[in-house]
Amino acid sequence: MTVPPEQLMGTVTAESGIAGQATLDETRVPSRRRVVWRRFVRRKTALAGLILLALLVLMAFGGIHLTHWKYTDHDFNALQVGPTSSHWFGTDLTGKDMFAATMRGAQKSIVIAFLVALMATGIAAIVGSFAGYFGGWLDRTLMWVVNLLLIVPSFLIIAILSPQFHSFWLFVLLLGMFIWQITSRIVRGQTLSLREREYVLAAKYMGVTGPKIIARHIIPNLASLLIIDATINISVAVLTETGLSFFGFGVQPPDISLGTLIADAQASATVLPWLFLFPAGFLVLFVLAVNLVGNGLRDALDPTSGSSR
Amino acid sequence: MGKYLARRLVNYLILVFIATSMAYILAAVSLNPRSHYEGRNPPVPVAEQDHILSQYNLNDKTPVLERYGTWLSDVVHGDFGKEYNGQSVNSEIGRRMWVSGQLLLIGTILGGLIGIAAGAYAAVKQYRWQDNMLSTGSFVLLATPAFVLAILLQVAAVKFNGAVGHKVFEYSGQYNPAQAGGFFAHFGDRMNHLVLPTVTLTLLGASYLMLYQRNAMLDVLGSDYVRTARAKGLRRTTALRRHALRTALIPSVTLFTYSFATIFVGATFTETIYGWHGMGELLVTSIQGNDTNTVTAVTAFVAVLVLLASFLQDIIVGILDPRVRVG
Amino acid sequence: MTLIDAGASPAPSGGPNDEPILVVDNLHVTFPVTAGPPVQAVRGLSYTLRRGESLGIVGESGSGKSVSSMAVMGLLPSTSKITGSIKLEGRELIGLGDRDASSLRGKRVSMVFQEPLSALTPVYTIGDQIAEAVLVHNDVSKDRARKRAIELLDLVGIPNPSERAKSFPHEFSGGMRQRAMIAMAIANDPDVIIADEPTTALDVTIQAQILDVLQTARLETGAAVVMITHDLGVVAGLADRVLVMYAGRPVELGTTDEVYYAPRMPYTMGLLGSIPRIDASGKSALVPIEGNPPSLAHLPPGCPFEPRCPLAIDVCRETEPDLDPVRQSSHLAACHRKEEIETNGWAVDDVFPVPEVGEAPIERLPRAERPEALRLDGLVKHYPLMVGSVFKRQVGTVRAVDGIDLDIREGETLGLVGESGCGKSTTLLQVLELVQPQAGRIVVAGKDTGDFNRRTRSALRRDLQVVFQDPQASLDPRLPVGDILAEPMSTHGYNRKDIDRRVKELLALVGLEPSHAGRYPQEFSGGQRQRIGIARALALEPKLIVLDEPVSALDVSIRAGVINLLMQLRSELSLSYLFVAHDLSVVRTIADRVAVMYLGKIVEIGDVDSVYARPSMPYTQALLSAIPIPDPDKERSRNRIILQGDLPSPANPPSGCRFRTRCQKFANDLSDSERQLCIDQSPSLTPMGPDHQAACHYAEALAVV
Repeated sequence: MTVPPEQLMGTVTAESGIAGQATLDETRVPSRRRVVWRRFVRRKTALAGLILLALLVLMAFGGIHLTHWKYTDHDFNALQVGPTSSHWFGTDLTGKDMFAATMRGAQKSIVIAFLVALMATGIAAIVGSFAGYFGGWLDRTLMWVVNLLLIVPSFLIIAILSPQFHSFWLFVLLLGMFIWQITSRIVRGQTLSLREREYVLAAKYMGVTGPKIIARHIIPNLASLLIIDATINISVAVLTETGLSFFGFGVQPPDISLGTLIADAQASATVLPWLFLFPAGFLVLFVLAVNLVGNGLRDALDPTSGSSR
Repeated sequence: MGKYLARRLVNYLILVFIATSMAYILAAVSLNPRSHYEGRNPPVPVAEQDHILSQYNLNDKTPVLERYGTWLSDVVHGDFGKEYNGQSVNSEIGRRMWVSGQLLLIGTILGGLIGIAAGAYAAVKQYRWQDNMLSTGSFVLLATPAFVLAILLQVAAVKFNGAVGHKVFEYSGQYNPAQAGGFFAHFGDRMNHLVLPTVTLTLLGASYLMLYQRNAMLDVLGSDYVRTARAKGLRRTTALRRHALRTALIPSVTLFTYSFATIFVGATFTETIYGWHGMGELLVTSIQGNDTNTVTAVTAFVAVLVLLASFLQDIIVGILDPRVRVG
Repeated sequence: MTLIDAGASPAPSGGPNDEPILVVDNLHVTFPVTAGPPVQAVRGLSYTLRRGESLGIVGESGSGKSVSSMAVMGLLPSTSKITGSIKLEGRELIGLGDRDASSLRGKRVSMVFQEPLSALTPVYTIGDQIAEAVLVHNDVSKDRARKRAIELLDLVGIPNPSERAKSFPHEFSGGMRQRAMIAMAIANDPDVIIADEPTTALDVTIQAQILDVLQTARLETGAAVVMITHDLGVVAGLADRVLVMYAGRPVELGTTDEVYYAPRMPYTMGLLGSIPRIDASGKSALVPIEGNPPSLAHLPPGCPFEPRCPLAIDVCRETEPDLDPVRQSSHLAACHRKEEIETNGWAVDDVFPVPEVGEAPIERLPRAERPEALRLDGLVKHYPLMVGSVFKRQVGTVRAVDGIDLDIREGETLGLVGESGCGKSTTLLQVLELVQPQAGRIVVAGKDTGDFNRRTRSALRRDLQVVFQDPQASLDPRLPVGDILAEPMSTHGYNRKDIDRRVKELLALVGLEPSHAGRYPQEFSGGQRQRIGIARALALEPKLIVLDEPVSALDVSIRAGVINLLMQLRSELSLSYLFVAHDLSVVRTIADRVAVMYLGKIVEIGDVDSVYARPSMPYTQALLSAIPIPDPDKERSRNRIILQGDLPSPANPPSGCRFRTRCQKFANDLSDSERQLCIDQSPSLTPMGPDHQAACHYAEALAVV
């Protein structure tokens, strides 16, 4: 019904009947990266999300140096004090500077989230594409493992194991282990349809081997999906980590995360609101920013798709 | 259709069994119920510790597989064993099941209905202020984890109560044990206590569903069969309601199981913060409390619930979508 | 067998009067676009439709034909700007509110769309959807509406209508769904029926059925029909008048005879000349129209056809010609030189140069003396039919290819034709896999695929290459064109320098600029992308190329160029082609021999001239007679054989001769005892001529072209 967009973006070209020279019009189509960027920036929310995200990350990693307080310091002259010019986010009942603590907690949560997302997306891409491309017993086995891990109470496993070992890397690993499954199913589904795409068949029939086809033709064409999913995984990871830390199953003392801070603030939240509002506020803003960026990316990379994950 | 459902049921049961077994083995290996009996004053002799723990099938000196065997044979008879202090797990769960059940049921159903309705509405009013408001609201909600939302509502309730001078919103516990009066007074009291936790869970469930449904509706709005419906002479709103919405419901139903699982996780936080003694709270306390049998029992409960939700989803999809009905 | 005169549009009982039922005047439709100036999809369209008349609107993609009809229906998006006037029996349609427009849609003007599967709501039954069309405009009971729906289903030829009304769209075949769409469209006796490419998505024999149904619909309602299509053959037999559109404007309007026999606009001429025809004799090149249809976002100031027009002069670049009468007749054309064309009586051959296609030296050898490029002996491929999404179980076997024999000699082109479900694509893929088939043998260039190990198979891949159908999907959008062409060579170990050199060679070979190797596929047009696909197939200097419908996804005016290219390359490089297609006219042009498949078996095979002129198997006869020829006189006087029913499921083919359930001979000409033979025994191929075999117990040649 409407004029298809391919018609509008294309170049007018001349073709000869059989052989001979054909010229390409000089109006070049802008590179894909630029088109994606332009589409992204046009959505105000996406742009706002990106700026917000940048600010928050900057604040967490850079801003912490703006104050002379460390998160381990205890200022006994200012116990349970609200925001002041010295303690921008106030202090808790041990005199801990909440700004330093919140930033420290934020750093922890952000780093964990990015690592986990990277890991999860990477595993999902490999497992999903191999299962989808090769099919047969490999597919069945991998999908059985995926289904099993989905049904297994991941919350439980992390909750039980992580505190036992007090290891940052184990925690990251466990989190990553339980987030990649849904993505891998989507990757597999997409691979199944890509597998029948004619350029993949052409490669197969000219003799290119399976793993090379996956690396050269399938994964690059899934890039949009993977990028979008990575951003979703970041927010999922951060929410899961803070949730676990809230109960004491995640980041262990003496280290802190936004989740532990919120847990500590819970009991006195009505009387000492700043203890709760700042870490919670940072958390919500961070996840919101990531979600907005992810949404904007989805529209920019794949304008035809309407459905979310 | 019947055979198809039966097959899926068997599949689910197997998965529940495997998940629960895994949970047991993991808990049995990692948790330490003995810690309740150590470091006491006066100290409990090791032999007595062993004796007590073996009684409850919690002795870490017994090989794991042997404990698993005992546990399994008990479960087959419907007994989930004993907690570290000898209390029956079954009775604990029996009490708490209904507590959680209320929250979960209301949260899922209300959240589902509101989410779908809001999503469909936002899609029809795409890019207008109603859509922007709903979408932004959903995004913010989505970014708010359950525990933050619960605490936030609690704080807001206290402030509101303070401003009004009267305790309008209850935010702690399931009911007021000191409540006087007859049936209606008690009922009203319970309803009051139900409000905040339910609102928390409903909002959680609705936000994701709303965005998903909006996208599903948008996909359908531009589809060929809506165009055919209009070409037949249906007015725009009629065509959307009858043809678009009905078809767009199907993908949202497939989210049902996922959203239910999310609500349960949300319930763990909600129960803890609002002081409701349900299964969610039990899960957390049992892990913190090194209570192997309870942990496993709660896992089984959750797995069965997810199974039921999934099964329900299959049935509903079968009803809504004639394409999946296999002859 | 329904043998009807696919002839002149029969007049409804009142006689076609001159009363106009629909008047479109200076219609302009503009769409806003996210980046850039708004696009003018329709630029000044005017036509008059008389009661009971049949108008064909012809054009390629981007011509604006569909948009103009959607404007008549009032179904364009609200962001579009529509100016001009559309009057239905004097009532202005532009600017009508939703309520008024809805009361006209489906009652006075109705539409039949292109893709019947997506055009029907999947969750409601067919009967309910048709009944809804009745209920919207008539105050009757639900029961009455349902009864009417069943009546309509019967009218459009659906067997067991009361049963089938309870089915869902996905349970119907494509042809049946389109019948249901037509039933919906005529439910309220409309005055105008607009059919937008109603048969494009359907097989040829099903297309013939549906066009027949449309005729019935027309007779039943007395409605005027607007038939929108890119297929000039379909229009030739059905329309009273023809309107040709190009780049959003009408460029020629006249009676069917006028436009087909005396076109006065070079685009129309070129279009008619570039269409391959099944009645063409000899293997001559087609008339290619250079260039592409213009992009509507960058229209040149003058005539939009000027860059491609061999008759272009200066004034054509400056001003756009109006649609004016040629010599005060009702025949209108938009060309500055139309008077000249009329005076000199120029025809296609005078205006467009037809290129010469050479002959490969090997073609001079008689067939039997040439080495074999491909041989299939009793090839079989069955698929298990799986059902269920989580737990899959097998409920049957799809007998996609059930024992076929064929051979292709060096330098020869074999066309493998058939409709969907016949097994031709499966055959193609089986050949490409180069493995031992489930039964039978595949011999490529003298080597049996059953003898291969990984290394020899890889080596043979150099001799066997493939060109796919969809130019969009056949090139990886993430790789620049040079890398795409290099891939086959790097896989087989060529060194970097040779690859670079060869890439440039290949681009030049297919008529593209070698310096564009760094560009991405999206920067090329569809026809050019297909050329790149062909170049990729040539990279390793193969002997045999398998082509899967290589031109069916291209615009009509582009097809000729690519077909000519294929013919040229074949003679230059002594290639053999296995050409799989459902379009028999293309096969007639390019192939030496043809094999017709039906439900996994070859039912007729032989030299292309012989098979087309004297088809002897009833399916081939029906197939050929169903293909429209862009020649109005021929179309009107042809005997068209319309098959009954749908294709049987390949999982459950009929016993004996697979075609007997739809065979016109079986149904009409045979005695009971003769029929028994068809039921019991599957016919084998019997010779009908020096290179012509047909699989029919009662094979008899019949000219249908």
